[in-house]
This record gives sequence, structure tokens and C-alpha cells, in this order.
Amino acid sequence: MRHIISILAENEFGVLSRVAGLFSGRGFNIESICVAETLDPTTSSMTIVTEGDDAIIEQVLKQLNKLINVIKVVDFKDADYVSREMVLVKVSTDDKIREEVPRMVKIFRGRIIDVSPKTYTIMITGDEAKIQAFLALIKPLGIKELVRTGPIAMMRGEKTIKMKEKHSKGGEEDGY
Amino acid sequence: MKKNGSQIFVEALKAEGIDALFCYPGGATLNITDALGLSDIGQIVVRHEQGAVHAADGYARASGRVGVSLVTSGPGATNAVTGIATAYLDSIPLVIFSCQVPTMLIGNDAFQEVDIVGITRPCTKHSYLVKDVNDLARIIKEAFYIAKSGRPGPVLVDIPKDVSAALGEFKYPDKVHIRSYQPTYTGHLGQIKKAMKLIASSKKPVFYAGGGIILSGASEELTKLASMLSIPVANTLMGLGGFPGNHPLFLGMLGMHGTYAANMAITESDVIIAVGARFDDRATGKVDEFAPHAKVIHIDIDPTSISKNIHVDVPIVGNSRDVLRKMIEIATEDRDDFENYQSHISEWIHETERWKKEYPLTYMRNGTLKPQYVIERIFDITGGNAIITTEVGQNQMWTAQFYKFLKPRTLLTSGGLGTMGFGFPAGIGAQVAYPDALVIDIAGDGSIQMNIQELATAVQYGLPVKVVILNNGYLGMVRQWQELFYEKRYTWTPMQYAPDFVKVAEAYGAAGFRIEKEEDVDRVLRAAFQDKRPAFVDILVNPEESVYPMVPAGASLREMLLV
Ligand SMILES: Cc1ncc(C[n+]2csc(CCOP(=O)(O)OP(=O)(O)O)c2C)c(N)n1
Repeated sequence: MRHIISILAENEFGVLSRVAGLFSGRGFNIESICVAETLDPTTSSMTIVTEGDDAIIEQVLKQLNKLINVIKVVDFKDADYVSREMVLVKVSTDDKIREEVPRMVKIFRGRIIDVSPKTYTIMITGDEAKIQAFLALIKPLGIKELVRTGPIAMMRGEKTIKMKEKHSKGGEEDGY
Repeated sequence: MKKNGSQIFVEALKAEGIDALFCYPGGATLNITDALGLSDIGQIVVRHEQGAVHAADGYARASGRVGVSLVTSGPGATNAVTGIATAYLDSIPLVIFSCQVPTMLIGNDAFQEVDIVGITRPCTKHSYLVKDVNDLARIIKEAFYIAKSGRPGPVLVDIPKDVSAALGEFKYPDKVHIRSYQPTYTGHLGQIKKAMKLIASSKKPVFYAGGGIILSGASEELTKLASMLSIPVANTLMGLGGFPGNHPLFLGMLGMHGTYAANMAITESDVIIAVGARFDDRATGKVDEFAPHAKVIHIDIDPTSISKNIHVDVPIVGNSRDVLRKMIEIATEDRDDFENYQSHISEWIHETERWKKEYPLTYMRNGTLKPQYVIERIFDITGGNAIITTEVGQNQMWTAQFYKFLKPRTLLTSGGLGTMGFGFPAGIGAQVAYPDALVIDIAGDGSIQMNIQELATAVQYGLPVKVVILNNGYLGMVRQWQELFYEKRYTWTPMQYAPDFVKVAEAYGAAGFRIEKEEDVDRVLRAAFQDKRPAFVDILVNPEESVYPMVPAGASLREMLLV
């Protein structure tokens, strides 16, 4: 099953490779990963899309949590969330489609962000289904190049992935 | 006050109370080496960096303190990797300092540069590259804290040469605060109560106790609870010594070379109380057929261990000692729950006793010198008052089977990684921690050749480790598999080109002994154990002896090949 996992981590060098290494060390593919600083510059957030059965994902989540630099891990599986990704598409234009492309872009509420005599570069944002639908339409016209971000995700409504610190549940400070 | 990085390093180690460092020099270590030379921290210079890390590991396993090792950049650091991985898989608290090329050369393929933080990422609990001398003290403090707290493990600190020379402010922090790292020590009371109800209603309970018992210092609690409730105990290899090996409720080791009683008890049980164990495949056998009738209670400090390999009914995340103490309290106070308990389980106790009596650990006495006999004699001669390390292979399994470990931290063995070459340097580390103890490495003729050079270290520092070589002329454990599963085609496993171990010992300035006949075993072992020098005892044992019982890889625990 496909999972969107969101991670809040210390904004330090090496954290991304630790996170990515957890997946590769277990032989899992990361479908996409988006990382950037959060509102608090000492932390960064990562949105990872991956595939795996429940037991495997449970293990991945626990292992991620165990990383010293990881503050919080959320699997969006059962949560109500919104997600968006962005795609940039460059298409070759000739007279025939010079009119057609802007019409489609408008329907999908995208934007043409660069124009040259022979190309349009289009930006579309949306959830995965919308992006797929747009690409399906535009593909027959001939895509020269395409880059996608992969999704970023957030829970709906009041809920946030809080900077809540992991709390030690009692016990001695050291002593295993 | 300003100090340079190397002085800060030394001060930080002093503040941690470190009295021994296992090390090997190089260009990148020079600043620190010099500062250490002026300090009174004990420094054991080994002969190979793998030896340094295993020695620090042996020190940690024997003493319960953090082991420390320091190696140079590049090849020094890569040589340390096997030692780090060994400690990682057995959850041993270590801090490994590697030195690194100067900051401005990092990433340039400089002479003796490797990305050791990158190389060791999958086998360390955490790691640091120190980029600024002003971070050094804090990082060292954090490294020790992370290594020993929660589920212990090795932490690597990589120190570039310029950082060890740069001036910085020295202030050793007295507290560590890492907002993203707060291990859970206290088990959830509701879950603990649930576990106790399950035990109270069980008819065939069994403890499955692992290395966590030893790491958390829970062996007294385990012994008390097991005795209170008459629950038989099976230990993993790493758990040996965590429950007295001569206790009437002790079933022995479980798993691939476990006892009949331990494996049958697990298979037939209705409630398994796993404590500080991680259901390693060598312990469980075929997972699908593992304990088919049992509900599983699993106590572990590391949530990732729980439900990783087998389904757990009552997970309890916490320190084993803490949780067992609560269980003892509940068993003492809530007597009602346990009203009919004893009568429920008496038949079970009977059955486990019958298994022990009918299928004890045994071996054929056919006139040849048997390795199992040697181990039995070592136990009797030492009375169990020794620190035993092992190498890996048959020597390790026979030791686990035939030496009765009575106390925690008396068996130091590479369980998770199974590292040949571990035992001897680990023994050196244990001897540093306990100079007056009798430390014995039980070795194979193959394994001892992996770190034989550490004999020079033992002689140099007067560390009288005894290496008992069960010399069968083979890589015995691999030969055993070839005998059973490859029609006795002994490809690669004969070791006929071994050196004369007695002469090797003497060449290094240690004592050398040889035993060829059963009747000499006691006398020569006694002489070796009394010798003040490190010693090799080369024992020519029956070459084709095998370890039984054996559960073939991939089979279930009940499918044991017996002698
Ligand atoms: C570093 C390393 N290399 C290879 C192995 C695989 N291995 C496991 S047991 C064994 C044979 C050990 O032979 P020996 O030390 O003579 O001990 P014996 O089994 O004869 O007691 C080997 C090669 C290992 N465990 N560790």
C-alpha cells in the first residue's frame, strides 16, 4: 500500500541521509521525498511517499522515530489530509496547438510561466489525480521535458504536526 | 579559559571518568595522541584497530561502563568498522573517536580520507562530525549519553585534525538535552497489569530472556519473579548469565543449538514472557511455526524490537529491570489473581523437568579428546568464577551449552554479528576492567588467527588473558554444515596450515601449553590459569566433532537433530 509519511527533524546536515538510509537499508524504494525548512529554522519537514505492507511500514515508522535527530513521524494513512504537488511541463508548440495549450492550462488552473517561439513551460499544482489528468491530456501533444516535486502533505483542520518533544517516561537518566 | 581541541578532548574524557582508552595512532591523531600522552588516562595501544574496538567492547560488556576507542582517519577508521557493527548488533555502549583529515580537505579525496560517518551510519546508534572546536565538549557529552541511555549502542565522533588543534572555550556541560531523543524507561502500568493477568491464567508459561536482562541489570529481578511464580527460563545466547545456569528452573539456551527442554518449552508454551530479547532468527527457528499456542508478552526498551519478527499480544516498552520490579510488586500484592495458579502449572513444571532429564546436553565419550569435556572441566576448575569470552563457531556454542554461567557479565560473546576474532581482544578489554579476574577466551583454531596479533598487546600491558584453543584443524562450524548438507565436501574449511600455537605464544613472550590427551586436561589448564602471563593453550580435540542439538536453518524449533 502507498503511504505518505511526514517527518519533522532537526535541520542539520546528515539527517536526510540517515532517513534515506533507513529505507535503502531495508531495500525499499522512496517514490518521492520533499524536504525544506519549517517556520522554525532549526527544524525541517520531509514528506516521503513509499510503498509497503502494514507490518513493513510500522517498522519503518518505528525506525524513523528511533533516529536521534527525528522529532516526530506521522503516517497519513488514517488521517484526513490535504496534499499538493507541482509539475513543470515543457511542450513544443506549433501553430496547431498554440491556442489549445493555454485553454487546457486554464481549465486546470495552471499557469504558463515561460514562453519561447517554440515552447511553452507550464506549471500545474494540485493533488495527484489532477496532475495525472492534466498530463494525460497534454501527453499526446508531445512533452519535451517534465519535472515533478512529489507531494507535500498536511492534516486538515486544527491538527498539526506539533513540535512536541518526545518525553522521557520517568526512570533514571542513564542506566539502560 | 581557552584550550585547544585535544586538551578539550582529554578534559571531557576525564569529566566522564574514563580510565581506559583503546587506541591506535596515525597522522590525524597526533594532536590528541600528544595531549593524551601528557594525561593520566590509561591508554592501551593495540595492534589492529579492529582489536581496539573489540577491546573497548569487552571492557564495556564486562564492566557495564562505556567503552572508548580512538583510531586514526582512513584505514584506521575502516579497520574499526567490524568492531562497531559487532557492538551495534549486541547493543553495547561504546564511543568511538575517529580522527579525520583537516576540515578544508574533507571531500577532496585527501590522503587517508574516508567518509567514516557515512560508512558507519547503518551500524551506529548515532554519529557526529565535529566541524567547530566550540561544539566538541557538548558533542562528547552527548555521545556518551546516547551510547549508554535507552537501548545502548556505539556512537562515532569524527574529529578533523584542525579541530583538534584549534582553540576554543572549554566548558563541559553537566546536562544533556536532546529534544528529539527521550527514551522510555518506565513500562506502561496498564500493560504490565494485563501481562500479569495473562500469566496468572496461564498453564504453560515460560520466560524467554535475552541480553537486555544483562544490559539493564535485571537478573536479580528475573530470578526473583521466576522463582516466585515457578516459571521456567530459557535464555538466548546473549542472555546467558542473566539467570543462574544452575537454577532448577533453568532450561538452558534456546534456538538453533539450544537444549531440547528450552526449545520444547517454547514450542509447547501458552504464554511467553520475552524480556530484553529480539526474536533473532537463530533463536526462533522458522518463524511461522514458532510457539504456535502461545500468547506473547514482550518487554523491551526499544519499540522497534517489538512485533518486528513475531506478533506480540502484550507489548511493554521500558527498561527490563523496571518492568520486572513492577511485576514482582503486582505478584506480591494481587494474590487473588494467582490463587489457583500454582496448581495450574505444576504439571507443566513436571513436563519441563522430564525433558531436561530425558534429553540432557550430552556427547559421546569414545576415547578421543572432546571439546565439550574441555568446557566442562573449565567450568569445574574455575567454579564459574571467570570471565569467559568466546570466538565464533562451535567453540562458542559448546561454551554456551556446557559452561554454566552463574552471573551476568561473565560471558562476552558476539551474538548478533557473530564476529570471528572478537573473543581475544574482548578478553583484553575485560582484563583491563578487572585486572585480577581470570579471563579466558575459548577459541577455535580458525578464529584465533583473525586477531592473533593482539598477543603483543596482552604481553605489553601484562594482561594475562588465557586463550584456550579448541583446535580441530577445521573451520569447524562451517565444516559441520558441509558434513550435514553438502555431503562432506569440505571445501575451504580445513585449516591444516595453522601455526604452532605454542611457539607463537612463546615468540610473543607469552606462555604456551599443549594438551593432546584427556588425562592432561585438568593439570595443564590449572597450570595455565595460574601462570601470570597471557597464555595460549592449544588443545588438539576430536576433529569431526559436531554441535548438537541442532535445528537446521529454516526448520522449526521442534525439529531438533539430537546427538
Ligand atoms: C569474520 C568472520 N568470517 C567468517 C565467519 C563465518 N564463520 C562462522 S563459524 C566459522 C568457523 C569458525 O572456525 P573456528 O574458529 O576454527 O571455530 P570452530 O567452529 O572450529 O570451533 C566461520 C568461518 C564469521 N563468523 N566471522
